[in-house]
Amino acid sequence: MKVLVAVKRVIDYNVKVRVKSDNSGVDLSNVKMAMNPFCEIAVEEAIRLKEAGIATEVIAVSLGVKACQEQLRTALALGADRAIHVESEEELESLNVAKLLAKVVEEEQPGIVILGKQAIDTDNNQTGQMLAALTGMAQGTFASKIDVQGDKALVTREVDGGLQTVELNMPIIATTDLRLNEPRYASLPNIMKAKRKPLAVKTIEELGVSIKAHTKLVAVTPPPERQGGIKVTDVAELVDKLKNEAKVI
Amino acid sequence: MSVYQHPYKDADFVIRHLLEFDEFCESNGLDEVNSDFANVILSEAGKFAAKYLVEQNQQGDLQPAKLMEGKVLETPGFADSYHNFVEQGWPSLSASEEFGGQGLPNLFSVACNEIWQSANLAFSLCPLLGQGAITALEKHGSESLKTQYLEKMISGQWTGTMNLTEAQAGTDLAAIKTRAEREAGQYRIFGQKIFITWGDHQMAENIVHLVLARLPDAPAGVKGISLFIVPKYLLDEEGNPSTENDVRCLSLEHKMGIHGSPTCVMSYGDNDGAIGYLVGEEHCGLRYMFSMMNHARQGVGVQGLGVSERAFQGALEYASQRVQGSDKAGNSIRIIQFGDVRRMLLMMKSGAEAMRALCYSAGFEDDIKSRSSGDEQQATAAKVAFLTPIVKGWSTELAQELTSLAMQVYGGAGYIEEAGVAQHVRDARILPIYEGTTGIQALDLTIRKTLLDNAAQANAFIDEIQQTVDTLKSQDEGGHLYLGLASALYDAKSALEWLAKNPKQADSVAANNLQLWGYLLGGWLMAKSAIKAEQLLEQALGDSDFLKAKLVTAKFYTEHFLVRTKACIASIEAGSDAITSLSEEQFFSHVN
Repeated sequence: MKVLVAVKRVIDYNVKVRVKSDNSGVDLSNVKMAMNPFCEIAVEEAIRLKEAGIATEVIAVSLGVKACQEQLRTALALGADRAIHVESEEELESLNVAKLLAKVVEEEQPGIVILGKQAIDTDNNQTGQMLAALTGMAQGTFASKIDVQGDKALVTREVDGGLQTVELNMPIIATTDLRLNEPRYASLPNIMKAKRKPLAVKTIEELGVSIKAHTKLVAVTPPPERQGGIKVTDVAELVDKLKNEAKVI
Repeated sequence: MSVYQHPYKDADFVIRHLLEFDEFCESNGLDEVNSDFANVILSEAGKFAAKYLVEQNQQGDLQPAKLMEGKVLETPGFADSYHNFVEQGWPSLSASEEFGGQGLPNLFSVACNEIWQSANLAFSLCPLLGQGAITALEKHGSESLKTQYLEKMISGQWTGTMNLTEAQAGTDLAAIKTRAEREAGQYRIFGQKIFITWGDHQMAENIVHLVLARLPDAPAGVKGISLFIVPKYLLDEEGNPSTENDVRCLSLEHKMGIHGSPTCVMSYGDNDGAIGYLVGEEHCGLRYMFSMMNHARQGVGVQGLGVSERAFQGALEYASQRVQGSDKAGNSIRIIQFGDVRRMLLMMKSGAEAMRALCYSAGFEDDIKSRSSGDEQQATAAKVAFLTPIVKGWSTELAQELTSLAMQVYGGAGYIEEAGVAQHVRDARILPIYEGTTGIQALDLTIRKTLLDNAAQANAFIDEIQQTVDTLKSQDEGGHLYLGLASALYDAKSALEWLAKNPKQADSVAANNLQLWGYLLGGWLMAKSAIKAEQLLEQALGDSDFLKAKLVTAKFYTEHFLVRTKACIASIEAGSDAITSLSEEQFFSHVN
């Protein structure tokens, strides 16, 4: 059984995010980029499935600019067997990503597709669900446990107020939550080996998907800066300010 | 708790632009090794350090290793980190592929060592000593010793130590008394060694001690010293550790810093004699030790960089958050806004960047050396030999000033252990002492590497620096970088001339000569960095914030560090008159 794992290149979680001065987006020039942390969990789970003898091959796929190949090399260094890069200079919105992934799924016929539940840059939380709809595969989102049993998979989901376990017919789509596993670090010998693992580059045209914009990013604004506090002399002044300035009571 | 993040942008700048590493890789046909790949390796090393080493740094300080029933128990948690370090393959980075190493350039090893040392200086000493022992065996060990020991040492499953010092034999190794006796196919070692870093611990299956000792018929002095391998556990027929050898740790030193690194008094041959195996030939041990001295001394220089960078990052974080005072409009001021705090931060920033440029350059010369031949190899070897005492002596001395400035930024809070900066000050203090004191480095540079070399290598550097001066002049004749570097270069030339005329006073002026060269080479590399940064900015390539900061940092270095060559040359030209005039009694004349 093949496992396909999707990997997104995002701004490194350690970086202090700056918004562009024209509010057109987050300033990504010369900032450190890394694999989306939820995708790291997805890669780890795929490798564990292979180590457990359930998966035979782990294929990492990423969509976007050429530099995404850095994150694919990281996935290969962590233990993926080969990688596919779908090149696009344009930023791809979730539905287009899902359509492209659906094509890759069609070609590769994986038993399990694992994605991060969301990416830390746009926080959309929808690609996995859209991919499930497009491929007609069963979905187990926000997974904290994936247990493959023959042609079924038990996926434990982190839902409000507790855990929900669903039984899905294979093949499945799973999206990862934080507690699914703790990702490993790439070892030096594996980083060396990753240089020689196959990485195929495909274009959107080759996959035969027409890209259509469904949403438009209007503006990105940073959260308001915290204002300094003031001292009030008595309760009456406090109530007055809460009522008339903050307008919260 | 002090913070640490690998300064990946500066490391990349030095490797990619200052050293032009990609051109080297291309001309040497290195398969897929390049600056991008260096980035991949360093970024993984940075992640590893952040997870396993950074926080344990303070733990090592607070819970030093203990000696219990003859065994050294290392700081709790260190063994786990060490196992992970080995499992991730880090010890094998630049070791030879023949014995399971990854064969990567020494430059990668230097850059990774900076990370380990910033993250946890005490911990990093264990693999650093291992690297030294590996180099000695690779170069001088017999095939059978290499087959038995190298693979496990390179993987890190076994660690290595260096046993030189004895109570009466510190700088003067000729005074070594540890003796070795011949026995069929092996030797028995008897004696006591002190200051043995990571001499015992429970993190690895075996410890391979490299020990200097003297045979009964050995010539007197340094030409009668032999080098032996003495394993903690003797190997069985399959090559696995089995019975305990006659070697043990007698006691641990109570030190000012690097508490997490056990410094052992080692006893060999309390009973029948510790079984040892000769490395190379009898009586040649000191020569073998010297062949890896460059490596070890440069390694300590990088520690100066590592601890300075760590202390700087802590001080920077503190200065950007600590609020003191307010401006006229009533807005509170963070101390990073004060001129003198900015000065101190820039001292640390420019000092650490200059050290990084120098340490990486010297490490890279080693790669050039090992991939060249004939005259070019000899020329590079002479360069490495000249740079080594400067990397060691200058970086570790500068680290004293920079870690101390870091504490100053914290004010009173810095003097309290909780802030974490005190540990860096204490840890740093050993660096100008061990692996050859600054005084020894200064003599090595001034007498052996300069006077006995007829200043050939010194003049070769002067010519190289002159080219940079010419470039700067053509770009901006009135510029501070040009004026600063030209003037410091003039000081170096004056020092050489003075030395040639007054060779007998060399030992009195050596320390100032060493510092002069350190500040000059640092200033040269910062100027070259500025030239590169300017080019990249003109082509609108790279991170303009970083590159513009590099220009300012180079300017600051020139104005605050490079000018120190003037003080150095003044002291050099004053010669040994005052230094040698006092009688020993006169030293006591204020109390007696």
